[in-house]
Amino acid sequence: MTATTTATPYRSAQPVARDGFLRQLHGEWTKFRTVRGWVAGMLTACLVTVAVGLLGAAGNSISCAGPHGSSCHHTALTGPGGEEVRDGMTLVHRPLTGDGSITVRVTSLAGLYPPDGRVPADGDPTAGMVPGVQPWAKAGVIVKDGTKQGSAYAAVALTGSHGVRMQYDYTHDAAGTPGAVSASSPRWLRLTRAGDTLTGYDSADGTHWHTIGTAHLAGLPATVQAGLFSSSPEYLVTSKSLSGSSSNGGPSRATAVFDSVDLRGAAGARWTSDVIGGGGPADPGAAGLGYRQQGGTYTVTGSGDIAPVVPGRGSPAKTVESSLIGAFAGLVVVTVVATMFVTAEYRRGLIRTTLTASPRRGRVLAAKAVVIGAVSFATGLVAAAIAVPLVAAVEKGKGFPMHRTPFATDVRVVLGTAALFAVTAVLALALGTVLRRSAGAVTAVVVAIVLPYILAVAAVLPAGPSRWLTRLTPAAAFAVQQSVHQYAQVAAGYTPADGYFPLSPWAGLAVLCGYAAAVVAAAAVLLRRRDA
Amino acid sequence: MSALRQAARAEWTKVRTLPGLLWLLAGVVVLTVAVSTATVAAVHCPAAGCTQDPAKLSLTGVQFGQAGAAVLAVLLISGEYGTGMIRTTVTAVPQRATVLAAKAAVLAGLLLVAGTLAVGGSMLAGRLILPGNGFTGFSPWDGPVLRAAAGSVLYLVLVGLLSLGVATAVRDSAAAVGAVLGLLYLFPILASVVSDPHWYRHLQQIGPMTAGLAVQTTIPAPDAPIGPYPGLAVLTTWALGGLLCGLAAFRYRDA
Repeated sequence: MTATTTATPYRSAQPVARDGFLRQLHGEWTKFRTVRGWVAGMLTACLVTVAVGLLGAAGNSISCAGPHGSSCHHTALTGPGGEEVRDGMTLVHRPLTGDGSITVRVTSLAGLYPPDGRVPADGDPTAGMVPGVQPWAKAGVIVKDGTKQGSAYAAVALTGSHGVRMQYDYTHDAAGTPGAVSASSPRWLRLTRAGDTLTGYDSADGTHWHTIGTAHLAGLPATVQAGLFSSSPEYLVTSKSLSGSSSNGGPSRATAVFDSVDLRGAAGARWTSDVIGGGGPADPGAAGLGYRQQGGTYTVTGSGDIAPVVPGRGSPAKTVESSLIGAFAGLVVVTVVATMFVTAEYRRGLIRTTLTASPRRGRVLAAKAVVIGAVSFATGLVAAAIAVPLVAAVEKGKGFPMHRTPFATDVRVVLGTAALFAVTAVLALALGTVLRRSAGAVTAVVVAIVLPYILAVAAVLPAGPSRWLTRLTPAAAFAVQQSVHQYAQVAAGYTPADGYFPLSPWAGLAVLCGYAAAVVAAAAVLLRRRDA
Repeated sequence: MSALRQAARAEWTKVRTLPGLLWLLAGVVVLTVAVSTATVAAVHCPAAGCTQDPAKLSLTGVQFGQAGAAVLAVLLISGEYGTGMIRTTVTAVPQRATVLAAKAAVLAGLLLVAGTLAVGGSMLAGRLILPGNGFTGFSPWDGPVLRAAAGSVLYLVLVGLLSLGVATAVRDSAAAVGAVLGLLYLFPILASVVSDPHWYRHLQQIGPMTAGLAVQTTIPAPDAPIGPYPGLAVLTTWALGGLLCGLAAFRYRDA
C-alpha cells in the first residue's frame, strides 16, 4: 500500500492583481507602444499631414500682374469685431454731435454692372456696363465713426432685392420691410442715436414707423458722421470648367435718389461727399461716383461693399483650413493603424490571450478604443499644431494675403482636427472588430470619410450632391476645420468646394460621432456573441 | 504557357472557393450603380444651361467602385500572406512571376466582368434619369460615350492591377489598402488646393486617378490637363510599374 499524497496545485507567489480598467488600459497601451510599425505609423500620419500641406502651399503662386496689382498689396482691413471686412461706398455726410436722428425718403434705386464680369479698361469706367441693380446693393442712412475704412457704423438701407435692412458693424443684419421702391411707392428710412444705442425704422408713408432693430455700438464717440450712402458689391461671374469653377468680377455701381432729408440734432452745416474705399480722385474707376443735389433731392452714386469678407474659391486669401489639406492623408494612415490595432490580434491569435486575461469583452473594446483614440488625438493635435503655422508661414512668404480669423477659431480648428483623427480611429477600430479583416475595414472607413470629402472639396461633383455628401456621410466631420463664416447678407458661392460645409463645425463632427457610436455598439455586441 | 494556364486555374479555384471574394465583386457592381444613380438623381440642370458632362456624371460611381476593385486585388495576395497560404502557393508553382501573372490574369478577368456590369448599370441609370433633370440625352453607342464606358471598365481593371502590385510589395492588407487609396486620392486633393496652373496641370497629368478618369470626358474640353487616351496610358504605366515593383519584391524576398 502506498501512502496517498495530496499534491497542492501550484500557486503563483505574485500578489493577485486587481482586474481594473486602468490595468487594462495599461495592457493595451503596452501593446500599442511595443509594436514598432504602429508607432511609426502614427509618426507617418503626422508627417504626411504636414508634408501634403506644404506640398499644396508649394504649388501655389500668386500673380501680381492683376488689373490693379491689388492681390499683392492686400492689406487686411478689419472691422470692430476683428474680422476681415470690406468698406467701400459713397458717403454724403455731416458731423453730428450727441444724440440725433436722420430721416430720408428713397424714391429710386438703380444700378449698372459689367455683364461679363470684366474690369473696364481705362477711360470711362462705366463702358460696357448694362443697367441692373445688384441684389445686395445698398442705399440709405448711416451713422459712422468717421470716414476711416473699417470703422464702426449702423445703417438702415434699401437693398437691390432684399428689401430694407438694418446693418451694423459689418457682420450684423436684420430685415425690415421687403419689396422694391419706385417714385409712386417710396420708402422712408430713419436712424436715431441715443447714447450708444442706434435704432432703425422704416415706413411706407412717413407717418407710421416700424422698428427694424437696435444696435449697441460700444465706444462710439460723441461726434459721428451722419448722412446718406450708396454702395454696390462686385458683380461676380462664376464659370465652370474642367478645373472646377473660377470666378472673375468687376465693380458695379448703384444710384439712389433721396429727398425729404431731415437731420436732427447738433449737426454741422454743410454736406461733404467722400468715396470711401476708392483710389482717390485720381483713380479713373472713381469717375462718376459722388452726389448731386438739386433743391431737396440728392442723387448718390456709389460702388463697393460694406460687408465681411468671405474668402471663396476666387479669393486669393488663404484660410486656416487650407493649411490642413493634408489631414486626409494623415487620416488614411491613422485608419490603417487603428484597424490593425484589433485585426492584428485576430490574425495572430492574440485575441484569445487577451480575452482569457480579461474576459469582460466590452471592457477590452473600451480599453482599446480609449488607447487608440487618445494616441490618434495626440497625433492629430501635433500634426495640426505644426501644419497650421508652418504652411501659413510658407504662404505668407510667397506673398499670399492671409484671411484673419479670431484666435478662438484657430484653436477650434486645431482641436477639431485632433478630434477628427480620434473619432476616425475609434470608428476604424470598431469596424475592424466587426469585420475582423483589415482590408475591408480600412477601405470602408476611407471610402466613407475621405472619398466624399474629395468628391465635394475637389469640385468633382456639382454643388447639390456635394452638399448632400458633406451632410450625410462621415465626411461631414471635415466641417470642424471650417474657419470661414457664411453670411446671409453677402452673395457668394457657399459650396463645399469653396470651403463652406452645409453643417456647423460641431454638428459635422457629431455626424461622425454618430456613425462611430453605432459601429462601436455593433462591435460590442458582436464581440460578446461571437467566438474569438 | 500551359504552366500559366494551370496557375491561373488554381487562382480561379481559390477565388471561387473563398467566401467573400465574389460577394465583394457583387458589392463593387452594386456600389457603383447605386452611387451613380444617386448622383444623377441629385443633379439638376440650371436654367443658364448645362455645363456638366452627362456621361461623366453617370459614371460617378466608378470613383467609389474603384475602392472595391482595389480591396479585391489586395485580398488576392495579402490574404495568402495573412494565412501562410503563400508558402503552399510558391511551393506548388515555384516560378514566382507565373504566380503573379496568373493572379493578374484572374483579377483582370473578374474586374472586366464586374466592371462591365457596373458601368452598364450606371450608364443605364444616367440615360433614364438625366433627361428628366433637364439634360440632353446621350446614346451609349456614340463614339465618345462608348469610349468613356469602355475606358471606365478598363480603368477599374488597371486600378486593380496597380493595387495587386502594391499589395505584393507591401504584403500586409491594411497597409496595402491604405497605400493604394492614399495614392489614388492624393493627386485630386492636392490639385484642388494648388493655384499655380502649371502645378495643377502636372498633378492632374501624373495622378493615377486624375489621369485615368480623363477617359470619362465626352464633351469637348480644350483646356483639359490630359486627353482620354494619354490619361489611360499614364494609369497603365502606374499599373505596370506597381506590378513590376511587386514582382521584384516577390522574387527576391522569402515568402
